[in-house]
Amino acid sequence: MTDVTTSTPSAGFDNDNRQAATLGDAFRDYLNRLRGGDMGSLPAIFGLVVLFVVFTSLHDRFLTTYNMANLVIQAGSIIVLAMGIVFVLLLGEIDLSAGVAGGASATVTTLMLIDHDWMWWLATLLGMAVGAVIGLAIGSLVSVLGIPSFVVTLAFFLGLQAVPLKLIGAGGSLRFNDPVLRGLSINNVPVTAGWIVAVLIVLGFAALSLYRFRSLSAKGLVHPPMALVLLRIAVLAVVVLGITALLNSNRAPNPNLFNISGIPWVLPVVIALLLFWTFVLTKTRFGRHLYAVGGNAEAARRAGINVTRVRISAFVICSAMAAVAGLLSASYTGKVSPGAGGGNDLLYAVGAAVIGGTSLFGGRGRAMDAVVGGLVIATIPNGLGLLNQASYINFIVTGGVLLLAASVDAISRRRRSSAGV
Amino acid sequence: MVQPLLELRGVNKSFGVVHVLHDVDFAVYPGQVTALVGDNGAGKSTLVKIIAGIYGRDSGDYYFDGQKVEVHGPRDVAALGVEIVYQDLALCDNLDIVQNMFLGREETSRLGLDEVSMETRARETLASLSVRTVKSVRQSVASLSGGQRQTVAIAKAVLWNSKVVLLDEPTAALGVAQTRQVLDLVRRLADHGLGVVLISHNMGDVFEVADRITALYLGQVAADVPAKDVTHSQVVELITAGRSGDLGIAEDSANAAV
Repeated sequence: MTDVTTSTPSAGFDNDNRQAATLGDAFRDYLNRLRGGDMGSLPAIFGLVVLFVVFTSLHDRFLTTYNMANLVIQAGSIIVLAMGIVFVLLLGEIDLSAGVAGGASATVTTLMLIDHDWMWWLATLLGMAVGAVIGLAIGSLVSVLGIPSFVVTLAFFLGLQAVPLKLIGAGGSLRFNDPVLRGLSINNVPVTAGWIVAVLIVLGFAALSLYRFRSLSAKGLVHPPMALVLLRIAVLAVVVLGITALLNSNRAPNPNLFNISGIPWVLPVVIALLLFWTFVLTKTRFGRHLYAVGGNAEAARRAGINVTRVRISAFVICSAMAAVAGLLSASYTGKVSPGAGGGNDLLYAVGAAVIGGTSLFGGRGRAMDAVVGGLVIATIPNGLGLLNQASYINFIVTGGVLLLAASVDAISRRRRSSAGV
Repeated sequence: MVQPLLELRGVNKSFGVVHVLHDVDFAVYPGQVTALVGDNGAGKSTLVKIIAGIYGRDSGDYYFDGQKVEVHGPRDVAALGVEIVYQDLALCDNLDIVQNMFLGREETSRLGLDEVSMETRARETLASLSVRTVKSVRQSVASLSGGQRQTVAIAKAVLWNSKVVLLDEPTAALGVAQTRQVLDLVRRLADHGLGVVLISHNMGDVFEVADRITALYLGQVAADVPAKDVTHSQVVELITAGRSGDLGIAEDSANAAV
């Protein structure tokens, strides 16, 4: 009597639409989704193009390979921080303390490196553990006590600034010169190794996409048309190999005297984190539950998901990622100062996530959003810096971009709820 | 008479001084739709929440498949195979149909979530229920109409091999065509051998699909009768006055309850 599900194996049902038949159909579907407010990373890509056009026309050194490599290094810490923030935003929460949590963790790591001669990886792990503990505290206060995350993390934002100040002392700063960690920003992947990894990434993506396509279409499940799969592989190949070619060429301002070439080590770190978190978000039960809690916490609770645990984990991941971001930032500047992680860092990261397509209202977001959005945000100070603009301009532009991104998010959300996409 | 799948005997429930349920007996039979009717405040929701394990009982017994069972919470009830489809549906708008149907019970393989097997099973379930209105199982739930959402919520109950499905006002917010689809689905559930409880205010719906009608009046069972033995107006009288002709609560006991 309960063999309902096995009575009609492999049956379809009427009106069942298993795939968009052609590339044209897929494109029309995409346009419909856009019109319905599902913008994804499109605003970010549009913004990136606009910024590149503007800065290239204003300054002839903006679009040099040297500056592009700089941009990648500068974007690194923003992207990693934003990737952590995505987890919190997915739940419709906010973490205002992530920047200073990163600063505090980086201070601890650096002190271990300088004063206790720890191995770089051990010090890094300790820094991430410090971040995780901060996240655990925030997450518990938010989900167990029920204090709004805005208030909890604002309190932590203020309180955590005391940590580097106490450990370093006002006016001082710590040298950050561990060869491996500092090397993330100033050293490059050997050219050949860079090419090998780039080709492997493209081949791996192609193999996975085709395997997925085959297993879905063989079983008659919903799958995109073959042409779209091939198009995606082609786009990825062009982007990955293009960036590799760009960074592997000699980018020294004076190419006859020096040879600076190779992918900055920051980039592989970012890509590894991107792949890892994308897997977690899309292929694990934990990731699915994160989306569910962000979409409808009550439904998730009734489905037997431990909502409290999911919430706490998101804050732990966010703060631990902030620790990594803090180290990348220290690696770029070569020092840790008492103000580390204060200032703009957090708003940059939130802006990056939102511009990339992660919703402030919860339930929507990808690790990839942080990468695309982080590039947009990093381009602004990079370009303005070349133009020698006073730093107040930087604040105005970044604030404006954050507001613009939040507006796009709010408008597309309204359209989504009316179009029901 | 076949043995009831789920049965409550002599259930009493008070909230403080308010005695909400008086010695309620309630039975759900396999392959039948039992309509639970009653005016606002008659105790329908309280009874459903007791069945769901959300509220405890002051007294009375809970039987499942003829066995007396101890129920201490919603998880115990779900483990028995009793699924409640709430009025507000409890679906995640940002997830698609398959993801919602497997929410909290995702299938995994060595490489993470097993989307192939989940989509296949979801598809089979929808097909077995002859669902015609859903365009794609990979549609996000936000894009579904009220009736389609109801369908997904019901299909979820079927997917998990539930033996008893309680539907709380499934047609309350639906248009004519959508109500039609949901009622067809309710009928098909019973035809598959499930015990179905339909809680509804709409007498038209009740008479269309119900095999039995249990009417509650001020926390007492006014009548538990086969649907074909009563008329529309008799049920309305049972709901509003607690009695109708020979049926219902005897005059004096009805007064005593007030």
